[in-house]
Amino acid sequence: MTELEREVLNNDIKEDTQKGKYLTFFIEKVVYAIEIKFVTEIIGIQPITEIPEVPSYVKGIINLRGKIIPVMDVRIRFKKEPIEYNDRTCIIVVEVNDISLGLIVDNVSEVLEIADENIVIPPDMNKGMENKYIKEIGKVDNCVNLILSCEKLINDNEVEALSQIV
Amino acid sequence: MNGEYTNDSMLEMFIYETTELISQLENIALDSEESNALETQINEVFRIVHTIKGSAAMMDYNNISSLAHSLEDAFYYIRENHPQNVDYSSLTDVVLRSIDYIKNVVAMIQSGTSQPDAQTDSEAKEIVKEIKDFLSLLKGVPVVEEPKNEANNVESTNSGIDEDAQKEASGENEFMALLCFEDGCEMENIRAFNVLNNLENVVDVISTSPPKVPGNENTISEIKQNGFEIRFKTDLSFEDMKNHLSSTLFLKELYLEPVNAENEIQQANENQEEKAKENNSQTNTEKPEARTDSVAKAQTASPVAPVNVKQSMISVNLEKLDKLMDLVGELVISQEMVVQNSELEGLILNDFNKASRQLRKVTNEIQDAVMSIRMVPISGTFNKMHRIVRDMSKKLEKEVKLEIIGENTEVDKNVIEHLTDPLMHIIRNSMDHGIENVDDRLKAGKPSFGNVTLEAKDEGGDVCIIIRDDGKGLDRDKILNKAKEQGLVKENETLTDTDIYSLIFLPGFSTKKQVTEFSGRGVGMDVVNNNMEKIGGKALVDSTPGVGTSITLKIPLTLAIIEGMKVKVGKSIFVIPITSIKESFRVDESSIVLDDCNNSEMIMLRGECLPILRLHEFYNVKSETTKLKEGIIIVVENESKIKCLFADKVIGEQQVVVKALPKYIKNVKGICGCTVMGDGSVCLISDVSGLFKN
Repeated sequence: MTELEREVLNNDIKEDTQKGKYLTFFIEKVVYAIEIKFVTEIIGIQPITEIPEVPSYVKGIINLRGKIIPVMDVRIRFKKEPIEYNDRTCIIVVEVNDISLGLIVDNVSEVLEIADENIVIPPDMNKGMENKYIKEIGKVDNCVNLILSCEKLINDNEVEALSQIV
Repeated sequence: MNGEYTNDSMLEMFIYETTELISQLENIALDSEESNALETQINEVFRIVHTIKGSAAMMDYNNISSLAHSLEDAFYYIRENHPQNVDYSSLTDVVLRSIDYIKNVVAMIQSGTSQPDAQTDSEAKEIVKEIKDFLSLLKGVPVVEEPKNEANNVESTNSGIDEDAQKEASGENEFMALLCFEDGCEMENIRAFNVLNNLENVVDVISTSPPKVPGNENTISEIKQNGFEIRFKTDLSFEDMKNHLSSTLFLKELYLEPVNAENEIQQANENQEEKAKENNSQTNTEKPEARTDSVAKAQTASPVAPVNVKQSMISVNLEKLDKLMDLVGELVISQEMVVQNSELEGLILNDFNKASRQLRKVTNEIQDAVMSIRMVPISGTFNKMHRIVRDMSKKLEKEVKLEIIGENTEVDKNVIEHLTDPLMHIIRNSMDHGIENVDDRLKAGKPSFGNVTLEAKDEGGDVCIIIRDDGKGLDRDKILNKAKEQGLVKENETLTDTDIYSLIFLPGFSTKKQVTEFSGRGVGMDVVNNNMEKIGGKALVDSTPGVGTSITLKIPLTLAIIEGMKVKVGKSIFVIPITSIKESFRVDESSIVLDDCNNSEMIMLRGECLPILRLHEFYNVKSETTKLKEGIIIVVENESKIKCLFADKVIGEQQVVVKALPKYIKNVKGICGCTVMGDGSVCLISDVSGLFKN
């Protein structure tokens, strides 16, 4: 077997073990989930260096073992009232399209397995702001998990529009 | 032998060597075209072509080696016969074509298409034929020069009269050569085999010690210890052989001495005389004597002192250098972590301070040393442009002279990599759009040939590269109209000239209606902009209609470590590069000048009125210190403009390792990067030039 084939197979296995698994976290008592494949690690809240002229939900940058990554407060991102950070506050480090980003969430709950048949597309409401970040809805034991689209969370036009003005 | 001996490091070495050599050859070829002479550099050319041939043959790239071989033939003829009728321009054409071919193949090898396919095969043959044609064209006329040659270069006459005779007449002189390779050059057996391979065409090898080098790993240590001994017969002179052998790569020492010279001479003379009579009706009585002479000369010179071919340069993988750089960065951070440790605060530590100063001095030196390793003169990149200018002026039928100033300016290796493409595109643009046709130029009262100047200079912490042409300049209105057409500019927007000229850097922007081979798709200038962004540089355009355009690339000298002053603003700490700080002081209430209509504050300093910029306002940071006399004023200078920055307090000086802001955050006005402090926290680095833009 060539090196390449092996690698492809390894990736397949990795994908397989990660498929259908979601990390859930709380923001204001609502459960959100993101696909586990995006998650690099979970760290506690750290001193954040603020950066001028960025949207308010980008809290600043942190030093993650020598690597500088931006952190985003998901609360503010979802237009909710900011709260003081406490010892339950977590930063979920995600990597999407080669961009590392920390997501500040109220607290992290668990890793869930959600079968494909329990995942549905969110109803089209065209109202709530947060709707645009929600990709799918997962049902687990009568609970509803809002599965977030990491891509949309990160690649948003607002930041770009802002940098255009600057 | 390909499968047997090729391994990655050898291949890498081959690619590296060949690329280097080819660019050298390219420069020489272009030089020779310009000065219409090759005399001084012919030996250099020989060495290069020969090495390429040798290493290509070793790696079993027969196309390259046969191509190099025929090039060698051509240069051999020129060197030995000094023909007066060489058309250096067409010689350069041929050489450049070969260079392109080799480049191509090397690129293919590099990308993994290891064996050149049939197409390059035929291409190689074509070029070989071209070289042969060129050579026969040269040889067609040189009858006139033959007598002159005989008079002043007796040795070469032999080869000049009849090459076949020369080949047949091998074996006049028997030599013993002992080659010692440099320590640690590795693969001694293959190198030895390569030597043999190179000799194949010119000598008859009698014996070697150790025998049977290829494929025999055991011979490596033997060669390492005792060197590689070859006994061979040749008709070349002692000097020729010495030159030939000393071009071997990684050669440490070379001993060469004739064997049984006395007996051989006699024989050689006889042979030579017979051959001469047989092959050439034009008897040349001078020849045998000359031969004797040369051998005798060799004899008196022997045994020769070892020829020391010492190599003082090594090539290092860039990755290793990057790693070293990172480590030095970490070292600086750790040093600050120790020296500025908060646990030391308030203690009186005379010895500790002394020692830490010493440490700082040493780390400073390490840093400088690492930095200087990575610094390379920009000349290599600049010289590549000669080729582009030459090719384009031929194709566009414009006469263009390229002038290069300050090519010894040194820039970080990483930066240089991003310079070649932008320079190429800018020069193409200048030549295609900027420089006018010869007729138009003469009409405009300019000299018929256009001038393109490439200039590099140090300017503080930046390097400026200026590309200037004396063409027709940018057409302001045309650019503006086009931009409006494409919706890049709104109808009623007012723009300064600089703004308008900068539009040419936008992707897809081109005022050209027709797409030519060189320009028109609007890609080139976008490449410039992209590359500049990557290395934190800027591209500025200036143009005067009818007089010319100049594009200035401002790039940071290095991307790594700067001396900075930490200042506190509110809760945040900003680092201001020391190089731009002039002074700092506490302000006196009486020297503050308020301009109420503009709502701006100024300060009188030694009779000068300077504007104040409140950092907490600029960066939008909450700060308790808002009264000017409570904080501190830091006077900074950028491009001969001065501003007074107002901060809460100055914390101190520190070396910081510049890290880029995460891509996600994009550009922030007034911030050029961030750095990790000794305690692991992150600080922002002020971009002083950004503070001046409003």
